Amino acid sequence: MEIKFYEEDKLLVLKITDEIDDCNVQKIRRKADYEIERYMPKKVIFDFDSVSFMDSSGIGLIIGRYKFTNMLGGKLEVANLTQNVKKIFEMSGILKLIPVTEICY
Amino acid sequence: MKEQFENEMKLEFLSKATNEAFARITVAAFASQLDPTIEELADIKTAVSEAVTNCIIHAYENKQGIIQINSKLKDNQISIEISDNGKGIENVDIAKEPLYTTKPNLERSGMGFTIMESFMDSMKVESIVGLGTKVTLVKSIKKEEKLEDDISNNLIIKES
Repeated sequence: MEIKFYEEDKLLVLKITDEIDDCNVQKIRRKADYEIERYMPKKVIFDFDSVSFMDSSGIGLIIGRYKFTNMLGGKLEVANLTQNVKKIFEMSGILKLIPVTEICY
Repeated sequence: MKEQFENEMKLEFLSKATNEAFARITVAAFASQLDPTIEELADIKTAVSEAVTNCIIHAYENKQGIIQINSKLKDNQISIEISDNGKGIENVDIAKEPLYTTKPNLERSGMGFTIMESFMDSMKVESIVGLGTKVTLVKSIKKEEKLEDDISNNLIIKES
């Protein structure tokens, strides 16, 4: 996972670079929670640009981080959804709750 | 007329989480003989991943067991049977409902069967408590659009 924190905006960008399945999700979750707690950001963006695979474990991951970020007074967004990721998120209904943005590099 | 295409493979592996990627990539490699689109291949990978995860988490509850995959190609259709000898599902209809999960504490979404059902053309779940579960997934790979693409590509080549 690539981590970028923008001090002026209190924005934390977490770019997931692993495949998101049941096997990897715990590692991603622990790392994300650690970074969120460390920076206490106003906004967290999960960047899916480099995610080549995701199954339903990604839904739990994002809902869990959404609750955690909210609890700490921040907001959560998702960015650069690939077709596969978008399909799964749309099916789960979480995009009604979580805004989708674009990040350009 | 095109010759009828048939192929079959069997896969057996331990119920370890590290084998989830192995299983879906292997089935995808087998399925690629039908020349699917990237999206169709992603659908198959996701569905297989869900089924194998269910075997590991629910059927064997992280204890060691054997997962079997039996996949067949016929014409433009792939069928994938994923079976375990785990604890079985008491009520399959309830288990298939969206958001139903027996393990909500681990951030499980309860969307596994829903995803398999909507990413594949059909899904059948057979389960006997104490003996195991077999999930059968079937998907047809669409051919028509690709044919048209090929024809138009050929035309462009001839014109230029």
